[in-house]
Amino acid sequence: MERKIRIMVAKPGLDGHDRGARILARCFRDAGFEVIYTGCHQTPEQIASAAIQEDVDLVGLSCLSGAHKYLFPKVVELLKEQGAEDIAVIGGGIIPEQDFDLLYKAGVKEVFTPGRSLESIVDWIRENISVQ
Amino acid sequence: MENTSRSTRECSGKEGCDHVELAKRIINGNIRAASRLIRDLEDDVLQAKETLKHIYPHTGRAQVIGITGSPGAGKSTITDELVSAFREKENKVAVLAVDPSSPFSGGAILGDRIRMQRHASDPDVFIRSLATRGALGGLSNAVGSAIHILDAMGKDRILVETVGVGQQEVDVINHAHTVIVVLVPGMGDDIQAIKAGIMEVADIFVINKAHRDGTRRLQKELLSLLDLKGECPGEWKPPVILVDDVLNKDTFNENIATLCRTIEDHHQHLVRTRLLEKKLEKKAVVEILGVLRSSILGPIVKELQATGEFDDMVSRVMKRQNDPYTLVEEVKGNFLRNGKG
Repeated sequence: MERKIRIMVAKPGLDGHDRGARILARCFRDAGFEVIYTGCHQTPEQIASAAIQEDVDLVGLSCLSGAHKYLFPKVVELLKEQGAEDIAVIGGGIIPEQDFDLLYKAGVKEVFTPGRSLESIVDWIRENISVQ
Repeated sequence: MENTSRSTRECSGKEGCDHVELAKRIINGNIRAASRLIRDLEDDVLQAKETLKHIYPHTGRAQVIGITGSPGAGKSTITDELVSAFREKENKVAVLAVDPSSPFSGGAILGDRIRMQRHASDPDVFIRSLATRGALGGLSNAVGSAIHILDAMGKDRILVETVGVGQQEVDVINHAHTVIVVLVPGMGDDIQAIKAGIMEVADIFVINKAHRDGTRRLQKELLSLLDLKGECPGEWKPPVILVDDVLNKDTFNENIATLCRTIEDHHQHLVRTRLLEKKLEKKAVVEILGVLRSSILGPIVKELQATGEFDDMVSRVMKRQNDPYTLVEEVKGNFLRNGKG
């Protein structure tokens, strides 16, 4: 029995810059993961309910607009509210280092910023995310 | 709110857990439980089939509509519009959207949802993306069981969107009551190429992006193709519906309304002519054969691989020491005797 890791890549809020998200989606596909891509301009509500319907193991949020301090914790909170706190949330984008702690405390598992190699992100997922 | 996050997963992977309870949750419409069970079936978790047994008696109510066509024809957009139209009638709707798995990495990018995200937070719309995982018929092997789960959840309409298809990927006819083939103008003579495969399975044709050049020609070609078939009185002749540019909102909406009415007409026709019964009979045959294959062939192959016998067979065939026919006859003899004894 082979368990396949399912990941949702989502762009919350008013931010249309999705090249990074697309590159990650492609990289995850090549790593053998199944990736659900939602497109841009998603509300946290849309992301949380889609993640549950898709039964993903991980939600990767990409945000370049500066609204990550609101949007990332909100997704974590909504998942928890719906009994899906076991779905891990990670984030990436233009995120100042001084915001990391706030995000970790809010339940975001890891934050990836420019300069992180694609392999190291895939490795992080392999180490930290398992089905069941 | 009921917390199902752990319990469902624990249940699906273990023996002796309460499948009746899990089935009940799904029948009561629990989204988390349903999506997890679909996942387990995709991953071939043995215990998931146990739960399915308790779900099966609650199925057979939903109308299943297949949407197929070549890549980029507009299947997801049409599906999204149908969801809206059915929601206006207060139907509960589910979508199963299939995209291809990479033959190299086994991974997949499932992007059909992008067109349907406006329905993401509607509690009466359930959208699930599935990867083909090597299945060749344009669907995923889990589609059949996923349909049962959504059906048991109380969905009135289940839309099944296939991968972008070429000629032969017609498995959708084994699941859908009504099949819509979405075409776009500008393929010229290519229509000749597809007329043998997916052209035969259409109950309804949609010519999408009908503001583009070549629409009339495509429509004419389709109609003459359908005329060639000849007409028996009382037989369903697949209508050809033009769907305008999505930006021409008024005509576009009108066209979608026509499509909805035609889906209804087709369903009435199936009921009236008792074709529905025939379809259901065929569906049962396909389903039984599928389960037979996966539960008999699967374990045998697994066993042969585990004992190394399979590799042995491969090398003997390669060296021409044996032929596959004799080898398989031996295997058959062993397993069938053992199974019965």
